[in-house]
Amino acid sequence: MQEIKEFVPNIVAFCCNWCSYAGADLAGSGRLSYPANVKIIRVPCSCRVNPMFILKAFQRGADGVILCGCHPGDCHYVTGNYYTRRRMAMLFDFLNYMGIEKERTRVEWVSAAEGARFSQVMNDFVKKITELGENRRITDLRVKEK
Amino acid sequence: MTDLENKIIERAENLLESGEAARVVGWKKGEFYFDPSPAEFDSKEQLRDFVYNGFCGANLSKYLIQVSKKPGKTAVFLKPCDTFSLNQLVKEHRVNRDNIIAIGIECNGKLDIEKIKEKGVSAVTEASETGKEVTVSSLYGKSVMNKEDILLIKCLTCKSKKLVGVDETIVLGEMEEAPSDRFEEVEKLEKMTEAERFAFWKSQLSKCIRCNACRNVCPACSCVKCVFDNPQSGVAAKANDDEFEEQLFHIIRAFHVSGRCTDCGECSRVCPQRIPLHLLNRKFIKDINTCYGEYQAGEAADGKTPLTDYTVGDVEPNDVFNAGVRK
Repeated sequence: MQEIKEFVPNIVAFCCNWCSYAGADLAGSGRLSYPANVKIIRVPCSCRVNPMFILKAFQRGADGVILCGCHPGDCHYVTGNYYTRRRMAMLFDFLNYMGIEKERTRVEWVSAAEGARFSQVMNDFVKKITELGENRRITDLRVKEK
Repeated sequence: MTDLENKIIERAENLLESGEAARVVGWKKGEFYFDPSPAEFDSKEQLRDFVYNGFCGANLSKYLIQVSKKPGKTAVFLKPCDTFSLNQLVKEHRVNRDNIIAIGIECNGKLDIEKIKEKGVSAVTEASETGKEVTVSSLYGKSVMNKEDILLIKCLTCKSKKLVGVDETIVLGEMEEAPSDRFEEVEKLEKMTEAERFAFWKSQLSKCIRCNACRNVCPACSCVKCVFDNPQSGVAAKANDDEFEEQLFHIIRAFHVSGRCTDCGECSRVCPQRIPLHLLNRKFIKDINTCYGEYQAGEAADGKTPLTDYTVGDVEPNDVFNAGVRK
């Protein structure tokens, strides 16, 4: 009999160096757990994330992509996250227009002091993606079939 | 030859003879009546090949990026939708506006040869327009067609007949605004379920042969180095070999021109596979209009584009699906 494997999603989280990356650190030092399948990529500002990064993450097997930045108004570079907000709003709605599930992409604002929030956001996102299942729509299937 | 065409050629001759312009950019007679191609004319003799007929759908704005760098002034003939593209290029400092004499010309919609062929008429030798009807002559005789049935998609849903930022105009008759709503198709897609939309785009984009015609013709796609020319981009210039590559190219291309696309519709016109690419760009235009206020790229030659601007109370990316975009 074939063993039924439980679906464990791959999550890519782009975290801003000045806030959510430190927030993840704080979550760690505060012994707050977040799922191990969240792969954090540190970026200098949430504004650094270009749409290609997100699509590439999906291509290489991510089931969900989350982008974490400073709260609007608190950007280390003053206005970076305002641009992120417009860009990602447009991109996410567009991906949904192309038929990609809207739950797969998310933007959350997490400050350096919000370790608890970071862990809560990640737990919540992983739960949603686990319910949603594997990403088969925007991915390179050659990566998946093993 | 129509009065309009005569007037245009006359003006081109004037400009060249008086030395006001060193060259004229217009449409040149092709091998057939229905395939005039964009061309540069340096002398009065060359103007003998100049045409302006129902098949002159090509947008000449993009050619000015190269041509405006040449010494002397360049005169260019622009249809209303093309003037938006030129204005947008001026805004992005891609063309030297001082070197250009922009002449806005009358346009009442251009014809789609593919649609005429679908109606069973081939070897077209002439098409003369009278109001809502077009008399198409071919080697096999004449047939009268309803103009609406054979217009290019971009003309069926024409955004405006305004001539923006031109130096002079050649308009003989009244230009009628197109009545149809250009976001109708987008809304239809939005009302579908995710799975249906996915299936629709999969069937459309899998036709793509990556000929790059949409990229090369697009006035907004004028980067000297394109991200897709990078062999590391994952989609080198070759036929797509999986679903993802099809999506990646079109998603990124649409995103790169968002906020700058004037909706000139050239992408869909040149696509050899007839993929409705304008629906991708129109989605962005529609979203920008609903989220950040009405914006028409190319209407002004200064100011910020929506994606290089922000306000403190912008819509959150997680809420965009409910924020009036999906109604």
